[in-house]
Amino acid sequence: MKDFIIPWGDDRDMGTPAKQGAAVSLMIDGFEVTVPEGTSVMRAAAIAGIAVPKLCASDNLEAFGSCRLCVVEIEGRRGTPASCTTPVAAGMVVKTQSEQVKRIRKGVMELYISDHPLDCLTCSANGDCELQDMAGVVGLRDQRFEAPEGGMRTHFAARDTSGIANPEWIAKDDSNPYFTYDPAKCIVCNRCVRACEEVQGTFALTIEGRGFESRVSAGGVGDDFMASDCVSCGACVQACPTATLQEKSVIALGTPTRSVITTCAYCGVGCSFKAELNGDELVRMTPYKHGAANRGHSCVKGRFAYGYATHSDRILKPMIRETIDQPWREVSWEEALGFASAKMRGIQAKYGRKSVGVITSSRCTNEETYLVQKLTRAVFLNNNTDTCARVCHSPTGYGLGQTFGTSAGTQNFDSVAEADVVVVIGANPTDGHPVFASRLKKRLRAGAKLIVIDPRRIDLVKTPHIEAAHHLALRPGTNVAVVTALAHVIVTEGLFDEGFIRTRCDWDEFQEYVEFISDVRHSPEMTEILTGVAAEELRAAARLYAKGGNGAIYYGLGVTEHSQGSTTVMAIANLAMMTGNIGREGVGVNPLRGQNNVQGSCDMGSFPHELPGYRHVKGAEVRAIFEGAWGVTIDPEPGLRIPNMLDAAVSGQFKGLYCQGEDILQSDPDTRHVAAGLAAMECVIVHDLFLNETANYAHVFLPGSTFLEKDGTFTNAERRINRVRKVMAPRNGYADWEITQMLANAMLEAEGRPLWHYTHPSQIMEEIAATTPGFANVDYAMLEEKGSVQWPCNDANPEGSPIMHVDGFVRGKGRFIVTEYIATEERTGPRFPLLLTTGRILSQYNVGAQTRRTENTIWHSEDVLEIHPHDAEVRGVKEGDWVKLGSRSGETSLRAHLTDRVSPGVVYTTFHHPTTQANVITTDFSDWATNCPEYKVTAVQVGLSNGPTDWQESYEEQARLSRRILPAAE
Amino acid sequence: MSHDKLIRMANQIASFFKTQPGRDQAERVAAHLKDFWGPEMRAALKDQAKSHEAELDDLVRRALPLI
Repeated sequence: MKDFIIPWGDDRDMGTPAKQGAAVSLMIDGFEVTVPEGTSVMRAAAIAGIAVPKLCASDNLEAFGSCRLCVVEIEGRRGTPASCTTPVAAGMVVKTQSEQVKRIRKGVMELYISDHPLDCLTCSANGDCELQDMAGVVGLRDQRFEAPEGGMRTHFAARDTSGIANPEWIAKDDSNPYFTYDPAKCIVCNRCVRACEEVQGTFALTIEGRGFESRVSAGGVGDDFMASDCVSCGACVQACPTATLQEKSVIALGTPTRSVITTCAYCGVGCSFKAELNGDELVRMTPYKHGAANRGHSCVKGRFAYGYATHSDRILKPMIRETIDQPWREVSWEEALGFASAKMRGIQAKYGRKSVGVITSSRCTNEETYLVQKLTRAVFLNNNTDTCARVCHSPTGYGLGQTFGTSAGTQNFDSVAEADVVVVIGANPTDGHPVFASRLKKRLRAGAKLIVIDPRRIDLVKTPHIEAAHHLALRPGTNVAVVTALAHVIVTEGLFDEGFIRTRCDWDEFQEYVEFISDVRHSPEMTEILTGVAAEELRAAARLYAKGGNGAIYYGLGVTEHSQGSTTVMAIANLAMMTGNIGREGVGVNPLRGQNNVQGSCDMGSFPHELPGYRHVKGAEVRAIFEGAWGVTIDPEPGLRIPNMLDAAVSGQFKGLYCQGEDILQSDPDTRHVAAGLAAMECVIVHDLFLNETANYAHVFLPGSTFLEKDGTFTNAERRINRVRKVMAPRNGYADWEITQMLANAMLEAEGRPLWHYTHPSQIMEEIAATTPGFANVDYAMLEEKGSVQWPCNDANPEGSPIMHVDGFVRGKGRFIVTEYIATEERTGPRFPLLLTTGRILSQYNVGAQTRRTENTIWHSEDVLEIHPHDAEVRGVKEGDWVKLGSRSGETSLRAHLTDRVSPGVVYTTFHHPTTQANVITTDFSDWATNCPEYKVTAVQVGLSNGPTDWQESYEEQARLSRRILPAAE
Repeated sequence: MSHDKLIRMANQIASFFKTQPGRDQAERVAAHLKDFWGPEMRAALKDQAKSHEAELDDLVRRALPLI
């Protein structure tokens, strides 16, 4: 395979953004070029292959016209216009090179260089500096401006020419852990400031002062980068043409010499990155401009937080132990796999075929996930497979499957640029899906309206140049009541799209639905008392969504992780169908997926009731496909889901688990119950990068490989299949798909059955394509050529499917489903009067196993409890106090943060740190349809405490003991 | 698996289908249980239903013979 070749397109900077419009032809340096109307002369020249010198222009930013290096001559026009700010015109004749413009450019460069240090050889941007390049291009051979004796100052010398400290000189700011800001090297091109505004949308940077005093400044007076609003997305570093904003890794390691395009392994946005290396040493990750999910943008996690891959905590050798109170013993791969195989076979012989199972990873590749579910179905011969989607988006699968006929978001991310009204429900994109959030914010700044439905005042509600038209701050657990009330308003006020419903949905079913939804019990006036959302506000939001143009809904785990998670998903689908907001650009229903490959792990048949492609195991014709491919008989009955596995373990029927790349002890609800389940098992095989919390209960540890160390594909939240490319050899010796294959073969060999013989993940993808209709036309050669493709990709959709349900729903007619609000059994009362809801933060990811092992901890070193000042005051809690958080499941302690982001009666925390273990608090209540845990509603009490609870201390001690590793035998 | 959990989960499923239009709610509860619960869980539910009849939602009671 062509693993080390940048496979498609070129990533030249075209100077200014692409435009759409009628074709315009012009002559540039004697070549005819035809471009869309509105294109700049600079971009037109670039398209013709002519690079006009530039410094302040970049094709991800609007033209600025400040550096004057890109001047050209245009016949019939006076002077020398800047090519970046001059749009093309029909018949225009442009000369990009003439004596006059050459003289001007040289003069401009001479002035720039007169205030720039000439330490190029030792500069960290040496070889990667546009200023250096431009000095070369214009042929600058000398600069005549010398500071005279007696005190003239530059910006780059610490002392002026008389030897006195130079007040214009500002020391390097290295407060950010990942990059430095060196004002001495700044040419004030404004690219960083514009990137922070236009690309990221944070507005943390500005230019302070005017003329010679102009300086890039983060935050207010006296702030450094860390103290400012900077979210460390890297857009400014990416934009900087010099060494002013520079990755610390480049300063330390040197400029990279080769790059490989791959896909980020953090959230479900699935950004494309260039892994830039020297040899096999990773120097930096930079966002790939042709990545269709991220369009050249990144966040702090994908851009910078990859250090976990080489962290000293990483386990690189297989380990085993007989019992979990023993220390680990490092062994050979052969011994570890033999041990695991014997244990699992022994358990099956003793307790039955169904006494073991697997948990597939939403962090691993499609190919790896496919193999793990194949392991249980074709080697263990049962359907006991589940994945972390169980605890996040399983209600999406059920709800969208029932209403639309398929379990996936309907749009691509590009679609948001066409939305007029965006509804964000139970999601916090600026923290959870930051690159999508930047694209959303760009659209909102351009005038789209925003409705936020969330108990908490998330950042999007009010952020620079953005303010939500409506924030429906509902009480946790009342989603169905709120979304159903929105539908009530749309139906009873006649705001629905009758034409769409008549042609695309079942009109008779809609009549039944109208009867249900029109009942006054669903009116916002009636639900206000339950939900806490003011009726008028809710009515206004409903009208805006129904009649405001293209309406797009984006939702997250605040929708799904409830007793009625699936019902809310169906209620959301109802809203989109009744307003005709399905099947074109700018609209749709879009689940924001948590982990990088949640979509893929669901697609790959990780659920116990579904074979790859969301086909129920009860279907004989579907089983026949896989029985033919695998040469086994597949169980026609559904297997166990994660909570069922744990319940069955506690009651003694489930005894062995292979868990790849998930940390269920930390991520799943009701920690004590999870621990009891794991402790009751006779063989727990953990396959991971680190000794995670689940490994405290494991008997076999198989060291995993990072996304940098293997080939494969991830499928992001927009159904986009992106290539993951091996940029270095696996430090543990094997890619994860190889390890699963070795485990399968150890068992198959012992049983005298035919072995697996995959030698490259592309062969696994061939098997997926051969067995799964939505992937029929997907192969690695196509991904090399196209870069990425969105499923379904088959003969009916050979180019993939950016938008779904265009001409009709996958299931035929869209189905309206009655969504009655049923309150969760989890209620507040005198003992537990507050409602806890949980979430995540920008700098940390999921259980934190990766991000806690990076410098990202500087932003979030511990989980804190957000509590409203009123609730804090009556409990005597002050900012930073240790508080005990207790529910009927358990209790933990953490520090309090007083904020009115949460309403009175609601508290909030994150679950990134095992020392807090927020999931000790969460309960075993779950979604009615899918058993997705109800993380978002737990009745709790908060009181002052002295520090960690006894439980936390005993947990820490147990974790410490269970992580002991015996020194290797000599 | 503890009886209160299985019965609670089954009752929860019934609580949704109870609100749905039509006359086949019991069949739909049964279909959901067959689609998502393995045979061991269904058998356990049936078994536990015998001694905890009173805790069952009526719809679950009607669905049991169908699973």
